[in-house]
Amino acid sequence: MANTKDAGRPLSPHLQIYRRTLTMMLSIIHRATGIALYAGTLLLVWWLTAAATSDSYFETVQAVFGSWIGLLVLFGFTWALVHHTVGGIRHLIWDTGRGYDLKTVETMARLSVAASIIITLAIWVIAFGVMS
Amino acid sequence: MMQKTPLGRVIGLGSAKSGTEHWWHQRVTAIAGVPLVIFLIAFVLGHVGASRAEIIASLSNPIVAILLALTVVNLLWHMRLGLQVVIEDYVHTPARKFAALLFNTFFTVAMGAAALFAILKMSYGL
Repeated sequence: MANTKDAGRPLSPHLQIYRRTLTMMLSIIHRATGIALYAGTLLLVWWLTAAATSDSYFETVQAVFGSWIGLLVLFGFTWALVHHTVGGIRHLIWDTGRGYDLKTVETMARLSVAASIIITLAIWVIAFGVMS
Repeated sequence: MMQKTPLGRVIGLGSAKSGTEHWWHQRVTAIAGVPLVIFLIAFVLGHVGASRAEIIASLSNPIVAILLALTVVNLLWHMRLGLQVVIEDYVHTPARKFAALLFNTFFTVAMGAAALFAILKMSYGL
């Protein structure tokens, strides 16, 4: 990498310079949720391999997931998965060449936030409904 | 017409000519991922608090087992491509970048092997 520090020319403004906008935050969150989901596959694979191993091991894993911290992580996992999926659909719409005017961009951003929260809550309402 | 000098051609720097394929695979796995994620959420919701025997019984249905296997493979492929871009964006030291890209591949393949082994084992009824 070139040393840009002493180049004596102006640097292009970066994240901390720009005013925060919803679309900018969603772009960052899309990447962040992607990385979180990457780590989250460990949980899915842990659950599957435990189920394929033995009753006692599976019970241990279920107990970890059923603890308050386990549920908190799973809730975050659910939201990340839903948000990344909804955000991904937004990107797929853009890939067709549609939805680039500012008004549509802003509407889609708000809708995706609302959708990810509503869908996540709905999933957990069903989950608790199944459990009780 | 080849615009490069002979030296430039020998050194071979520049585009790896795989960008379009990378982009396209990311989209294909994204499109496939939408219904598969819905399936995954439905599968997990259907097994909240389920015993091991109940999960194994579900996976004895080949359609369920195949769908779950496809879900895992598709998502792993998608996330490997995604993290590759993240690494290329943020890790600039060649050695670290190489190590991170290697880890990305190893981790994804290991997750896939473990998940597929577990799914098949349960599907075959142990």
